[in-house]
Order: sequence, then structure tokens, then C-alpha cells
Amino acid sequence: MSTTRHFRVWRGDDEGGQLTDYDVEVNEGEVVLDIIHRLQATQAPELAVRWNCKAGKCGSCSAEINGKPGLLCMTRMNTFGEDQTVTVTPVRTFPVIKDLVTDVSFNYEKAREIPAFTPPADLKPGEYRMQQVDVERSQEFRKCIECFMCQNVCHVIRDHEENKEAFAGPRLFIRAAELDMHPLDARDDRKEFAKEEQGLGFCNITKCCTEVCPEHIKITDNAIIPMKERVVDRKYDPLTWLGRKIFRRDQLESGAK
Amino acid sequence: MVDNNITRHSFDVVVIGAGGAGLRAAIEARLAGKKTAIISKSLFGKAHTVMAEGGAAAAMGNVNSNDNWQVHYRDTIRGGKFLNNYRMAELHAKEAPDRIWELETYGALFDRTKDGKISQRNFGGHEYPRLAHVGDRTGLELIRTLQQKIVSLQQDDFREFGDYDARLAVFAETTITELILDDGKIAGAFGYRREDGEFLLFEAPAVILATGGVGKSFKVTSNSWEYTGDGHALAMRAGANLVNMEFLQFHPTGMVWPLSVKGLLVTESVRGDGGVLRNSEGKRFMFDYIPEVFKAQYATTEEEGDRWYTDPDNNKRPPELLPRDEVARAINSEVKAGRGTEHGGVFLDVSTRMKPEEIIKRLPSMHHQFKELADVDITKVPMEVGPTCHYVMGGVEVDPDSAESAVPGLFAAGEVSGGMHGSNRLGGNSLSDLLVFGKRAGEYAALHVDRLADARPVVSQEALDAAVAKALAPLVDDPSDGENPYTVQYELQDIMHSLVGIIRRAEELEDALVKIAEFKKRLANVRVGGGRKYNPGWHLAIDLHNMLLCSEAVAKAALERTESRGGHTRDDHGKMDPSWRKVNLVCSYADNGVALRRQPVPTMPHELLSLFERSELAKYLTDEEIAAFDSNGSKDGDKE
Repeated sequence: MSTTRHFRVWRGDDEGGQLTDYDVEVNEGEVVLDIIHRLQATQAPELAVRWNCKAGKCGSCSAEINGKPGLLCMTRMNTFGEDQTVTVTPVRTFPVIKDLVTDVSFNYEKAREIPAFTPPADLKPGEYRMQQVDVERSQEFRKCIECFMCQNVCHVIRDHEENKEAFAGPRLFIRAAELDMHPLDARDDRKEFAKEEQGLGFCNITKCCTEVCPEHIKITDNAIIPMKERVVDRKYDPLTWLGRKIFRRDQLESGAK
Repeated sequence: MVDNNITRHSFDVVVIGAGGAGLRAAIEARLAGKKTAIISKSLFGKAHTVMAEGGAAAAMGNVNSNDNWQVHYRDTIRGGKFLNNYRMAELHAKEAPDRIWELETYGALFDRTKDGKISQRNFGGHEYPRLAHVGDRTGLELIRTLQQKIVSLQQDDFREFGDYDARLAVFAETTITELILDDGKIAGAFGYRREDGEFLLFEAPAVILATGGVGKSFKVTSNSWEYTGDGHALAMRAGANLVNMEFLQFHPTGMVWPLSVKGLLVTESVRGDGGVLRNSEGKRFMFDYIPEVFKAQYATTEEEGDRWYTDPDNNKRPPELLPRDEVARAINSEVKAGRGTEHGGVFLDVSTRMKPEEIIKRLPSMHHQFKELADVDITKVPMEVGPTCHYVMGGVEVDPDSAESAVPGLFAAGEVSGGMHGSNRLGGNSLSDLLVFGKRAGEYAALHVDRLADARPVVSQEALDAAVAKALAPLVDDPSDGENPYTVQYELQDIMHSLVGIIRRAEELEDALVKIAEFKKRLANVRVGGGRKYNPGWHLAIDLHNMLLCSEAVAKAALERTESRGGHTRDDHGKMDPSWRKVNLVCSYADNGVALRRQPVPTMPHELLSLFERSELAKYLTDEEIAAFDSNGSKDGDKE
């Protein structure tokens, strides 16, 4: 059963663009990405869209659909009325490359600034022992498919380009939390790093990131809040403070840049 | 105005592909001190490896201490119906545990056993629980771990050189369209950047192909848009050989409805946990499809099959758990006989077999997938499923130890390489394959660079001009007189699906080859407008060359092999023939097409053959081979 629906798709590039109108065939059971592909095949071969798995597992096809961020491959057409115009625009927080494709390199740059997992010096490969209950906390954050929608909706950077320098964003806060909670990570300054280098303090816990996460990771409750609380604990413990100043300063800096 | 400037880069090792094999190879090359580039067709961390669900097979013996590399080797060879390259299977079985343990030092967090080791799960064809896993998202864990290890190496370089990219650089959304040779040796790779269409030349004496498979040439597939056989085609055009291209794995259970998700994988665990297959008449048809050789191991009544789930020691397993190729063929037959569902599949039902809460607990992602994408609640109604093109066993013929192809400096690892899996791959052996041979490819590519020293091959201007001209050929201001690349792609997918699919016949394969020749002519007339900036139509027009070459290789090899084995089923030659087991079909590039020849399968040494019972060998080997085995065995006896 097929119907003709009205679509408005943002077409343009870094120099500007506009919403372009299309009437396009829609079949039962389709998702928005199917319609974008049909536009490519029939009306606009050069329409740019990023996608890979088409199964909600790779996080490539993030966009804004009628103003709401979502994965194009997981947004069913039957969630719209038959007469409803469907408007598809690129995610707003990152610079447009062309049409629905944006430059998400911000996220990869921030990922390079977090000190990597540091293996315990005394364990050889094959000797790692961890309990399931202990790995599960970090495993929740490792479900992240890097769709960067949490970054896209975060108030701190969505309309504040000037904050991007100092703020890593929710995707990287869960990376910090994941390493902090990793049973065998050898570093113990993950919270300090999140506070001092990643801009964790900018977050005012509006939970937009958690709401948009397609993997239902409790970003705010399980990562950001615990990281904030423990940073406070540690910062006001004079012994820890002294220890950090004396022993860890150089490591902190080498990890930071 | 088209700008034909080419940005030149110089590297020691260029890795094409950023899935598991490519990333593991790049790590090894960089650890060997080589300046390494990773070319990723998509964004970094999005490669097809993220789709892997079940796990990575490695005989660590964490759950059953009887497991060891010999048992894993045996399972792999059985799964491949004795056509595997024995040396690859041996290296794979021996080295997989080290490659998995190594991932923990990169930060991977696998599910655990009670004593804190890496947990391992059962899977089809594996004698013991063997798959290291993270729920049903093992591939994501693998790729994220490798991605983060690469970042960690870049951080080391930043500290040393002040530049993250000093010795390991990632080129995201970049496609290689040609390999460039100098006197038959690898001299570099040429391609474009999606973002702006800029041309890039990578001068490098070593190139590692890690580009995955060819599934996008089929209408129903679990593969993504990237799977256009780039590495297979690049290798052929550079003078390397492909082996085993007739063997494609069709996973028995892909979604068939809605069209939007047709081909999307439904995990084998559904059947492992009690899911049954029924046709439109409500019959559990798999009982009609138990082949003679498996009669002894599978239940012949529903009652016995049902009892197996709770009492596996005293009952035989239900035929829903036959190997993938058997189940896929059976489903195909039912649908062709008119006993399929409304949308051309069969029913896979867990709703009448388990309580809703149990289904949600044991199959959370399947529950989620059907609910979100098909409005189907699998706790209440059956799923509709059918075979989907999943994996190509065939690929670049490589030296097993070094992963080097016949072209000096050209290496291949992962799905793009051939031989390891023989005629059929076991589930779980792909993630371990890409780690084992990714590492080896990186290591030996680095060695190749060392051996060359200053005698590096040179990229000629002539070769570069030809690559530019070919890439630009489909791009015009007004495409209205030309062929639409999407139309050619859809028609190719249709032909491959219906004529070179799961069940094959000589006439249909001949027909397919005629059609592929026609597509080639049409491809010369494919035209795209819209310029070079992130233009998917242009990208597809270029990829189509690779899709057609790989499709021709598959069809030609499938026509030649007049037997049925693993992922190659001939309706007109239904039996497995021991004399064909000794033959590999090898594809090479000639006259803008595929030349096919026969080549002996490397002979498995006696010590590896001895891992099998003689009675099992007798099912696969020719009489002469069995006689040779017996006389070898008596010689062994004399020594003792």
C-alpha cells in the first residue's frame, strides 16, 4: 500500500541553503531513511546523507525530523499523519558539509584529549579478572553507538559555539565515567580530568542528553552526576588535594594535551 | 570548473578499511614503527564490524577446559567442508586466544564467568562454549576497543612529536578507487575524500586491504552500502587472485517485512533458545529437511526435539538447529513451493514456546528490533524470516602466514581475504579471523617495508592521470542522457538475488553472466550531475565497477563448480563430490573481466588430518586420499 507524501529536505552546504519540497512515494513499514534513499534514486541522486547499518547500531544517520533529533533509520513513517509534511534537516550543533551531512570532527577531537585506558602494570594479557557486576557499570556506557545526538541537544554547545573549546560534552563524559568505573584502569584522576579539562562543570543537568539517547544510556544519572559528586568529594579532601599537587601534576598535564 | 589538484601523502603502510581487520592491522604496523594511514570509507568507528552480534571464537577454555586449538581447528574445517586453507585455519585456532586477551589490555570489557574470566557462549558448529562476547553487541565492543587503542597510540605520538597524526593517521570518509603499481609492485593508492571530492594520492610501498565483503550486490542482504567488494576488485585489477568466490553465506533468518528492514539479521540465538520454524500451513517443516549425513544427530519427531531443550543428554536436538546452509535452503524451498508467508518468508515462533518475560530477558534486542521496526511483538506473534546474504567466504588469495597476495606489497585480511573459512564460515569465526590475520598483515607489511629499504616503487604520472580520468568519467553537468547509477544497482541486485542466489542452476548462471556483460556496457554510460562534493550518486557510479567485477567472479565460479558444498548449492548438481574438494577456483583479471582457472587445494599435512576420525575423513576425501592417509598412519606407527 503506497501513498504520496510531502517532504521538505534541507539542501545546501556551508555557504547556505534552503528547504526543498518533494512529493515522494511512501510504502507500509518504511522509515524516514527509506524515503531519503528513494529521493536519491528518483529525484535527487546527489542528495547527501550519511548512513551505514540501517538498523540503529552504527549511529551514522542522526538528523532532525520535524525539529526533533533522531536516527533516520529508526524513525518510522507511521509516526506521522498521512497529510503531515515531514521536514528533515541536519543536526544543528555541527557545521553543515552538504544537505543532511554535518562535520562531526568536534567529537573525534574531544575523544583524542581523554587519556586512554591505562592497563595495570602488574597483569599480563590473559590474567585480567573482573566480576560481571563490576564490569556492568562501564558496559552501560560502552553501548554508545556514537550517534552524537546527546552532543547535538546539549544546551551548553547547541547554540553556544564559544563553549566548544572548553566543553567535551555528554558523549565524552560517559567515556570518562566508563574509564573511572573500569575495574582495572590504572589512573585515578578521571574525575579531576573531567572537571578540569572536559568542562564537566558546565553541565546543569537538564537531562536532554539522556532523553535523546537511542541506546537508553542513563547519561545524566549514571555518569554525569556520579562524576560531579565524586569530584566534589575529592576536591575538598585536603590529603587527596596535597597528593595530587605533589605526585600527579605532571601526569595530569601530559594526559591533558 | 573541476579542480583536479591532487593532495599527496606519503606513508609506509596504507590500510584500506577501518573495520576490525583494518584497525588491528594498523595498530600492528604502527607498533612496528611504520608511518601508517587508515582509510575509512565511512566515519571512524562505523564500519560493518559493529553489526556483529554473537561473539569472537577463541579456544580459551574458560567455560569448558576441554577446549583447545585442535578442537577449534577441527570444528572450523568441518564447517568449511574440508575446503579451508589448512594453514590459515591452524594459525587462526592457535592465535585467537592471544588476540582476544590482548583486547583486554586495550580496555575491552567482555562478559565474565563466575571466576572473573572472559565468558564464552555456545554457537552453531562449535563443540564447546567458545565465543567471547558482550551481550549481543560484541562487534561494537571490538571496534570501539580498537578505535580507542588507535587514539591511545596517537596520544603517545602527540607526546613525542606534538602531532597526533605523526605516525598513525585516520582518513575518514575516504574511498580508494585504484591501486597504483610500479613494475608489478605496490606503489600507492588513489582515491577521493567524500566531504569535498578532493583527490588524494597515498604513496606507499605496502597496502593492506581490509574492505570486507560483497553483499551489497544482492537484493536481500544484511550488509551496508559500503560492501561493494572494493578490496576484491582492487586486488584483481592489481594482478592478485581471488579464491572460493562461489561460496556465499546466506544466513537463514533475516527479517522479510517491512521492506525497509528486509535482510536485517535475526540472531541464531532465537532458535538456540527454542524458536521453531513453521510454514504457512503451520507445519514444522524442518523435520522434512534433515539430510542423510545428519540423521543420527537430529530429532525426527517434534516431541523429542522439544525434550532436548530441557534434557540435551537424552534427546537429540531439533532440526531447526541444523547448520546455516541447510536451514537457509529449507526455508527457500518452502517459500518456492508456495508455503511461505504473505511477505515471502516463513514463521519463526518463540511466542508459543516461552513466557513473555523470558523472551524479553533472553532476546532483548530481537524484541526491541521487531517492536520498533515492524510493530511486531514477538512475545505474542511469530516473526517472519527468510534467508539474507550475509558473508562471502571467497576473497584475495594470500600467503597464510604473511597475508600477502601475489602482488608484492599487497596484503589482505578479514572478509576480503579468502581460504580461511573454506566453503562455509562458522558463526564467531569472523571476529577472531579479523584479529588474527589483521595483526599478521600489519606485521608482515611492516617487514615488507623494511626489506625494501630505499628501493621504493614510484607512482607514475601516467597511472595517476588514468585514475583521475576514470574517477571523473561519470560526472557531467547534464546527466539526463545517461544511465542512472541507482537503476543499474537495483537491477544488478535483482539479478544476483534471483539468478546467483542461494540455489543455483547452470542456465540461470549463464543468464546472469549475459546480464552482467550488459550491465558493464551500460555502466560506461552511467552519468551523474551535482559535482564532487559529498555526492552519493557519483560514489555509487564508481563503486558499481567493483560490484560488477565481483558479481562476475561469483557467477563464473558458481557456474564452474558442478557440485553442492557449503555456501554453494547447485540444483542441477545436488551432491558433494570428493574430487571437487581438491579443487580451488581462482579468479583473476583479464580483458576488463574475470578469468577463471582451477588450482589444487593445499594438502593438509598428516598431523592435522590425524585430528579427525578416519570415518569422518572418508566422507570428504577421495579413495586415493584415504589410502594415502592410511599408509601415512602406518608409517607413524612404525616410528613409535
